[in-house]
Amino acid sequence: MRLVSLSEHVSGKPSPFAAAFASALLEPGRAVPAATIGPNGKAAGKRYNVYRNNVTVSLIDALAAVFPATMRITGVDFFRTMARFHVRAAPPASPLLFEYGREFPRFIESYEHAGQMPWLADVARIERAWLDSYHAADAEPLAPQALASIEAERLPGIVLTPHPAARIVRSQYPAVTIFAANRSVGPINLIEASGPEDALITRPRLDVTVRRLPPGGAVFLESLMEGESLGGAAAAAISQSLDFDLAANMEGILESGAFTSLDHEADHDFP
Amino acid sequence: MSEMAGSLPRASETSRFPAHAIAGLAGTSFKHEHLPAILAEGRQDGFFEVHAENYMGAGGPPHQALTRIRQDHAVSLHGVCMSLGGPQPLDAEHVARFRALVDRYEPALVSEHLAWSTHETTFFNDLLPLPYTRATLAHVVDHIDQLQEAIGRPILLENPSTYLLFRESTMSESGFLREVVRRSGCGLLLDVNNVFVSATNHGFAARDYLADFPLGHVGEIHLAGHAAQADDEGDLLLIDSHDGPVADAVWKLFEIVIGRCGPLPTLVEWDSNIPDWPVLKTEAAAAQGILDRHAAGSMAETRHAAR
Repeated sequence: MRLVSLSEHVSGKPSPFAAAFASALLEPGRAVPAATIGPNGKAAGKRYNVYRNNVTVSLIDALAAVFPATMRITGVDFFRTMARFHVRAAPPASPLLFEYGREFPRFIESYEHAGQMPWLADVARIERAWLDSYHAADAEPLAPQALASIEAERLPGIVLTPHPAARIVRSQYPAVTIFAANRSVGPINLIEASGPEDALITRPRLDVTVRRLPPGGAVFLESLMEGESLGGAAAAAISQSLDFDLAANMEGILESGAFTSLDHEADHDFP
Repeated sequence: MSEMAGSLPRASETSRFPAHAIAGLAGTSFKHEHLPAILAEGRQDGFFEVHAENYMGAGGPPHQALTRIRQDHAVSLHGVCMSLGGPQPLDAEHVARFRALVDRYEPALVSEHLAWSTHETTFFNDLLPLPYTRATLAHVVDHIDQLQEAIGRPILLENPSTYLLFRESTMSESGFLREVVRRSGCGLLLDVNNVFVSATNHGFAARDYLADFPLGHVGEIHLAGHAAQADDEGDLLLIDSHDGPVADAVWKLFEIVIGRCGPLPTLVEWDSNIPDWPVLKTEAAAAQGILDRHAAGSMAETRHAAR
């Protein structure tokens, strides 16, 4: 594709223009880079500020797009002020903005003015997981009747492959109820939930779904996703939650499309 | 007209999509909220342009929507974040992702910007300006060369809208672009709104810029709306905001360009405050009207000359 050889290029140190230009983009207190100028010797101050503004505002917009329920809870001004601190402290390291905001829930936990909303970070975690699920690889979910043909004595040895779009978020707060109420368009009624809630986020085909898991469900699912057998995962869930209902949880995970295929862990033991 | 600029993708037996014409057509930015309205209309002439980075996820609704659009239309793949204009090496992973999109969607046009957006590890999400010097020319040409080698076809490079200048610049923007084209073999995407915005911001005549611009290498035109602010001296400073209709002055410049270049594929960009589909479609129809008028004119001239 090259029409002119490299030898025509000037060798030597790269121009430091990008380092100088970048240094003040996220720091409004710093002087405008001396290398810049307006036409006919005009000042570059407000001109440089156009870039500063584009960078900061577009990155705040990016966080607002990832975390709409979080913003609805806090109000737009509160959210954008909080996001501005985060954008300046932790700008994205990837040009893929749908990957941005992974550190934002942790930032919310440390943000003094959000202290009255201890569940806010977990709502943000559900929203971040929602976007991961949205962009995850497509895969056909396991058919709901897939376990029906397996003999009962072999069920404990079954292992499942998680769907690429399946995510779990655990919360000590009613984060799923708060997420659901604020992610929708309609009016928000008084939320009476108060206990801990765990979320299962799935996208078996096109639509992302967020479900509240029953007691022990998160431990059960996390164990399965880590490759634990059904028997092992059920034992882990019961040890954490005495009212764990295996049948109901099995039905829920099959219906949600959280897995793509199953295998017999102990196949080699039954030649 | 350069052979490279705007050339169609390689014909392939493994092609997943039909080849749709793009010559002489107007198109619009593709926004997912418009998909139901677009599908309801049925297949129409015109093309859609997408920002490559929005389709760099593994799967999900974005790919579903773009696949559906690509079945019925030519698609233009417009990269926004390659950082071709920066001094540091291109992000090899990003180049690979870009290549995968070119292979997957067989776009009729592929373009990127004369700008940079990443420095060290920070992505600034803006099209940042560069000085025009021998040194930056070398970097830009190297980067375009690397990208073109990766995707196996030439790109169109878009002229930027800028708000300030660099003291160290030694070349004009049009002279810089002409040299980039000569050395890299790329074509150009002429953003007429960017010309108008930069001309206003830097106090030169847009017509003079166009007179010096290597129009023979242009493979696509961009039109968009802009917003107004003020600089330190209180003078008008235009912002390339893509949030409204194309300005009258930009339509006039577009007519001049099409009068000289013939009916090039022309995109109406609208990226924020996105209107309902009929509004965007009407802007594209206005561009198509100008293209058609000049297509008819050039055909008449050809017939006349043949007699």
